[in-house]
Amino acid sequence: MSKNKEFVKFENVDKSYDGKQLVVKGLNLDIEEGEFVTMLGPSGSGKTTCLMMLAGFETPTNGQIYLDNKVISDIPPHKRGIGMVFQNYALFPHMTVYENLAFPLRVRKIPKDEADKKVDKALSMVSLQGFEARMPMQLSGGQQQRVAVARSLVFDPQLVLMDEPLGALDKNLRESMQYEIKHIHENIGVTVVYVTHDQTEALTMSNRIAVFNDGKVQQLSSPDALYEKPVNSFVAEFIGENNTFGGEISEVSGDKCKVKLNSGTEILANPIVAKTKGEKTTVSLRPERALIDPETKMDNNYKGNIEEVIYHGDHTRLRVDLLGNKNFILKVPNSSNRMDIKEGKEINIGWNSIDCRALDPK
Amino acid sequence: MSQEQILSSDGIPLQESLKKAERKNKLKALFLVAPLFLFILIIYIFPIGDMLFRSVDDRMITKMLPKTFIAMEKWDGKDLPEEPVYEGLYEDLSLLKKNKTFGKIIARLNYEKSGFSSLIKKTIRKIDKLEEGNYKEQFIKIHKRWGQSEYLVALKNTAPNWSYAKYLKGVDLKFDESRNIIQQDEDRRIYKTLWLRTINVAFWVTIFCFILAYPIAHLLATLPMKYSNLLMICVLLPFWTSLLVRTSSWMVLLQQQGPINDLIVWLGWAADDNRPELMYNVIGTFVAMTQILLPFMVLPLYSVMKTISPSLMRAGKSLGGTPLVSFFKIYFPLTIPGIGAGSLLVFILAIGYYITPALVGGASGSLISNNIAYHMKSSLDWAFASALGTMLLVGVLAIYWVYNKLVGIDNIKLG
Repeated sequence: MSKNKEFVKFENVDKSYDGKQLVVKGLNLDIEEGEFVTMLGPSGSGKTTCLMMLAGFETPTNGQIYLDNKVISDIPPHKRGIGMVFQNYALFPHMTVYENLAFPLRVRKIPKDEADKKVDKALSMVSLQGFEARMPMQLSGGQQQRVAVARSLVFDPQLVLMDEPLGALDKNLRESMQYEIKHIHENIGVTVVYVTHDQTEALTMSNRIAVFNDGKVQQLSSPDALYEKPVNSFVAEFIGENNTFGGEISEVSGDKCKVKLNSGTEILANPIVAKTKGEKTTVSLRPERALIDPETKMDNNYKGNIEEVIYHGDHTRLRVDLLGNKNFILKVPNSSNRMDIKEGKEINIGWNSIDCRALDPK
Repeated sequence: MSQEQILSSDGIPLQESLKKAERKNKLKALFLVAPLFLFILIIYIFPIGDMLFRSVDDRMITKMLPKTFIAMEKWDGKDLPEEPVYEGLYEDLSLLKKNKTFGKIIARLNYEKSGFSSLIKKTIRKIDKLEEGNYKEQFIKIHKRWGQSEYLVALKNTAPNWSYAKYLKGVDLKFDESRNIIQQDEDRRIYKTLWLRTINVAFWVTIFCFILAYPIAHLLATLPMKYSNLLMICVLLPFWTSLLVRTSSWMVLLQQQGPINDLIVWLGWAADDNRPELMYNVIGTFVAMTQILLPFMVLPLYSVMKTISPSLMRAGKSLGGTPLVSFFKIYFPLTIPGIGAGSLLVFILAIGYYITPALVGGASGSLISNNIAYHMKSSLDWAFASALGTMLLVGVLAIYWVYNKLVGIDNIKLG
């Protein structure tokens, strides 16, 4: 059986709360069955609103949402059969772990012995067997989180929504939970729509990431494509670290172009958004793609002054004054043959034009 | 006993130096608490103690007729007593007459047995003319009731210093001549009805308050701030108005020519010449008390509902519970501490409510507290008022105890 490519489909969805501002603008988004899609964006970008519309707690102002090819706008939340993990877990504080997990089964009138099996299975999935009789308040944050995940999966929904579920956990726990959720997803093959503002979380867990800003999906692609090939300045800035130069296209030749920077220098770049001569552009370059004293020949090579050295353990960050950008960041991996880097020293920096993407101007 | 004593660095046992270090703070705390403690002691503990004391204190007659009662100790209480008792009576009553303090004793004895009033009055009037010796005969000559043993038995029955007769009266019971507990005479049985009515009114007022307050509290807890503040003011507005003003405005509304009756007539539910009585009966008490006590139900409910995350209801729905199921399985159980606190508060306030039933209750809508007030102000039977008050207090404590057993007092949330 082939997988439904449009298992979840947003079609021209608009959403406004006050009739003055659109929180979500003409959203189109397809999610494949069994996929792990993350909605990533700064707060107020409309990602949680999208999730709430999918869950049925908000109604789209315009447009349609389809689940498995059926319009779901008229289906109330409790009939959608969508599992959901909430930001603060929303465990029922007056029920034990078992009762929490049995709740979706009981309202579906599943016989008790079958329900017991399902609860047991779900708890073993998050390795919390033996915690059935505990109250949520007696559990640690991480355990509560796992119960919430187990509860959203216990009634075998086709789709699970997660609304910043790891936001309240500390860093270490968050990382281990990321892997745990990812593995659960791989094991049972359920479709997951995940909302977060934490890009590392998104990059670690997802099949595809939808970057939201200003009520729109800026880019929907796999984590590597998102990082390596951002399609606009917002995505380039939002995901990972980014060095930028403002300038104007002065010449285009095939897959390369020349950009005349504001400081007057011309550099070679890869035309992505800005493709015609005279167009304003922001050139984006990942810090790790620029090398100090490159051994192989690179088509951009300039000298810069080290302004600041920040030791990070596994790598050292350099802030360099390069071509008029005083905040050009370089990452030097920590290795035994450490280079002599000191503040005020002049160094040679080189990068390939293909890594240097001419995007829309900021 | 091999446990080693831990010393602080200057060699003093740790516990001692800790006490020393904490002493100053403890004294400070005590000093801060002292005014309130004294205030409670003087304004609250002493009066309640005094009330308890008064309700059982029955030394008045014994004190006023000391010689009589000493003489009576030797009397078996069957036939007429011997001479010493009458001699005692003579001396005691003469003294009372001289000091002009016999008013109280007449009321108290007449309560014990009717007929005492005229008996004592006549005796005191003629007591100066008695000659020394053979008082028994002379007394019987003054009034033949001195020759009837039941009066003297009744007098002897007042001998114990403590009596719970007032409590018996509070539940329509009394002592007969031979100290058996019997039912009050049919036409004087009013307290059982009064107690039942009080509990009934308190119960229904609590229910009505709950029904009205629950949705308001929910709205308050879920509305956006700017609307909920306004609504909160509407809820609290009655709080800021004098109780008397509120009750009087209910009198304006509920009277037979009042706007509510006008509306009922206009709607055709009642004929103009047959307007329903909405006041001076139990309906008026219900309506006015429910309105006045409503904030006491709204506030605890609100404070509890405020803490219930809206995502819980959403979680319930997303897990497949219909709105109704989610409400009853998730939201409602979480509001129980608020319901408990509100109900307890309203019930306890209602059970001792005074002004409102006094003004709009009429005869059929007056409650036990109105009767207490009557005995305090009109009949001046403070002992009986105290007994009723104590019974009310014990009743409230009993409710509190039952509530604690059923729900647990730490489950209460007042705000």
